[in-house]
Amino acid sequence: MLRGAKSSMFRNVAELVRLAEKDSVSIAEIMIRQEIEVHETTRQTIMEQMDKNLSVMERAIERGLSGVASHTGLTGGDAVKMQSYISGGNYLSGKPVLDAISKAVATNEVNAAMGIICATPTAGSAGVVPGTLFAVKDQLNLTRKQMVEFLFTAGAFGFVVANNASISGAAGGCQAEVGSAAGMAAAALVQAAGGTPAQSAEAMAISLKNMLGLVCDPVAGLVEVPCVKRNAMGAANAMVSADMALAGITSRIPCDEVIEAMYKIGQTMPVALKETAQGGLAATPTGQRLAAKYFGKRA
Amino acid sequence: MKYRTVFDIIGPIMIGPSSSHTAGAAKIGRVARLLFGRQPKWAKVSFYGSFAQTYQGHGTDVAIIGGILDFDTFDERIPSSLSIAEEIGMDISFIEEKANVDHPNTARIVIGDEVDQLELVGISIGGGKIEIIELNGFQLKLSGNHPALLILHQDRAGTIAAVANILAELSINIGHMEVARKEKGQMAMMTIEVDHNLDNDVLKRLMKLPNIIQATKIIQ
Repeated sequence: MLRGAKSSMFRNVAELVRLAEKDSVSIAEIMIRQEIEVHETTRQTIMEQMDKNLSVMERAIERGLSGVASHTGLTGGDAVKMQSYISGGNYLSGKPVLDAISKAVATNEVNAAMGIICATPTAGSAGVVPGTLFAVKDQLNLTRKQMVEFLFTAGAFGFVVANNASISGAAGGCQAEVGSAAGMAAAALVQAAGGTPAQSAEAMAISLKNMLGLVCDPVAGLVEVPCVKRNAMGAANAMVSADMALAGITSRIPCDEVIEAMYKIGQTMPVALKETAQGGLAATPTGQRLAAKYFGKRA
Repeated sequence: MKYRTVFDIIGPIMIGPSSSHTAGAAKIGRVARLLFGRQPKWAKVSFYGSFAQTYQGHGTDVAIIGGILDFDTFDERIPSSLSIAEEIGMDISFIEEKANVDHPNTARIVIGDEVDQLELVGISIGGGKIEIIELNGFQLKLSGNHPALLILHQDRAGTIAAVANILAELSINIGHMEVARKEKGQMAMMTIEVDHNLDNDVLKRLMKLPNIIQATKIIQ
C-alpha cells in the first residue's frame, strides 16, 4: 500500500463519490477529513488555511476588476470591459455566465501582471474556479464556510486528476490545466447548488470531455495569449456543464475514464503543443512577431 | 501518489504567471539556497525543455533567482530579483540547454562562493510542486512532501545503521529512505524522509557519528 494511503483515502472519482454516499456527507467533507488525517491537525487549521486561499482569490478578482495591465500590455482591462457590458443589460448569454467570465479573466489578468494569485490548480488556470465561485455566491446565498467548502470540492476532483493524470501544461497541454480547472469548478458548482456527489462527478466528466485535446501554445512563452481567454471559456464551460448535470444529464463515459483519456491524449500530444511556444497560436505570424518584439527570438 | 494534499491543488499562493514555471522554479531555487546554507556569490542556471523555451515569458529566471535569494513563492520582490541580485553583487548566468531530458520542466542550478559550491537538479511537475532529482552528482528523489534529512557520508559499513540507531533512539520514524553513491568506498548520500520536522540537536548528534561529512534537514 502506498505510504499515507489509508482506507479512507480515495484514488479516483468513483471512490470519492462512494465515500461521500456511504457516510451521507458532501465531497468537501471527505476532502477535509482526509486533510485532517494527512496533516495530523485540527479541522480548524485546515479550514483556516483554505480561507486564506479564498481571501487571495477575492483580492485578485477585486484588483482585476479595477483594471490591470501586464508588462507587455498584451493583456489587462478585459474584465472591466465585460463588467460594463453586463451593466448595459443587453447581453446574449446569461448574467451569471458573463460574471464568471469577467471574474476568471480578472484573476488571470492579475496573474499575467505578476500579481499575487492562488494557483487552482495552476497559475495559468487560476481564474476558472474563483471566477465561477464569486459569480454564483450571491445568487446561491453562499456563506463564507460554504465558499471554503466549494474550494475543497474543487480540490478533491483536482487531487484525483493530478494523481491519475496531470495538471501540467508542459506534460499534458492546456486540457490538463484549464480543462482540469473547468472540471473542478463544474463539480464544485453542482455541490454549491445542492446537487449530489454523483452529479458533481457527471458535471466534471461533461466539462472535461469538452476540453479534451486543448493544446498549450502560449504566444512568446508568456502566460497571456491565449491563457486569459481560455480561462474565460473554462469558466463558461464549467457553468454550463454544472447546469447540464443538475438537469439530470449524465456522461456516457464515466468521469475516471475521461480523466484517463485526458492523460493519454496529453502523452501523445506533440511537444510543440505542450508549453514550448513552438506550435499552435505561438507559431502564427502574429505570435512569432510578438515573440520577436518582446524577446528578440523566433518562436 | 505524487500529490498528497488538497493544498497542492488549491494553492500555492504565489506571484504569477505560472505555477510550474514561476512558483515551482522559485521553490527549486530556494531548496538550493537552503542546502547551501548561505547567500551564494554566484549562480549558474541551466534550463531544459519547456523551461528553456519559455523561461523569459514565464518569469522562470526571476523566480529561480528569487528562490536562491530565499524568497517564498508569494514574495513581491520576485519580479525584481535580478536587479536585487545585481545590487548585492551576485553573478548570474542562464544557459538554454538543447539536451533532451526526462521531464519537460527541468533546471540545473550551480551556486557557490569562494569556499564551496552546490549543484542541484530539480523538476517542476505541475501546480507548483517540485522534486529534486540530483544533488552534487548523487541521484535522489526528494518529493518535498515530507520533512527530510540529507546526509553526506563516507561509504563505509555500519554508517547507515548508526544513523538509523540515533533516529530510533529519538523515536523518529523513517517514512522513506534511499542511499546513493558515485563509486564504491567513496562518498555517499542518504536521503531520509521523516514524519515531523526535526530540530538542530538531531543534526548535531548525527554529525558526531564517524564517517558523516554533512547533515542537512529540509523542513516542511
